[in-house]
Amino acid sequence: MNTSFNQNHKSKTKLTAILAAYLLGALLVAAAPLKEGDLFPDLNQFGLEGSVPDIHGKVVLVDFFASWCHPCQESFPVMEELHKQYAGKGLVIIAINLDKNKSDMEDFLKSHPASFVILRDAGNKLVSQVKIPTMPSSFLLDREGKVHAIHRGFKGEETRKQYAGEIEALLK
Amino acid sequence: MKTRFLFALALIATTGLLSGCVNVQPWERGNLADPTMNPGRDPLGGMMSEHMWFSREAASGGRGVGGGGCGCN
Repeated sequence: MNTSFNQNHKSKTKLTAILAAYLLGALLVAAAPLKEGDLFPDLNQFGLEGSVPDIHGKVVLVDFFASWCHPCQESFPVMEELHKQYAGKGLVIIAINLDKNKSDMEDFLKSHPASFVILRDAGNKLVSQVKIPTMPSSFLLDREGKVHAIHRGFKGEETRKQYAGEIEALLK
Repeated sequence: MKTRFLFALALIATTGLLSGCVNVQPWERGNLADPTMNPGRDPLGGMMSEHMWFSREAASGGRGVGGGGCGCN
C-alpha cells in the first residue's frame, strides 16, 4: 500500500517536472521583443557580414532594411542626409540588411547609395533576437547603448522630423 | 497511472504541434512582397478577363457593379 503510494507520488513529481521543463522551454523560445529602455544586443555576437564599427559612447541609429521593402527605399536618402548632418557630432548610422540573397542587397545599394555603415544579417540571428515589429524598423540608441526610441515603419517627412529631434536631443 | 502517463504524453505532443502555428515574421515577407504576388498588378488584363467572365456567366453586376446581366456592354 505504502510502496504503491510512494511510486505514485514519484511518478507525479516526475510528470510535473517534465511539464514544467517543457513550458519553460516554450517560454524561452518565445522571447519578448526589444523595447525602449532595454540594452541593445552587442552587434559582434551575431556573425554579421561587414565590419562592425566601434559604437562605444556614441549615439547610434540601427535600421533594419531589405530590398523588397518599399518604405526602406524612401528611408535611405533621409538616413544619408542625417549621416551627413550628424556623423561629425557623434552619430553612427548602421543599416542591417535582411535580404535572402546578397545580390539583391548589392542591387539595392547601387540604386540607393549610402555612405553610412551597411551590415548584413544573413542568418537572421540578430533580427530574431530583436524581433522587429515591421519593415523597416529602426532603433535609436543612446550613448549607453540603451534603446531610446523605436521607429516602426518609415512615414516620410514625419519620421525624418522625429529622427532629427531625437538625435539632436541625444547628442546634446 | 498508465492513463495519466498517456494523458501527459498527449498533452506534450499537442503542445509540440502548436509550434506549427507560427506567424510569418516581418523580415520573412520578401516572397510575399514580390510584385508577382499581387493579383491586381495588370489592371487592363484584369478588366478584360472580368468582361469575359461576366459575359460568359451572364453575371454582369455580379461583383457589385450595376448591370442587366446581358453581357452586351
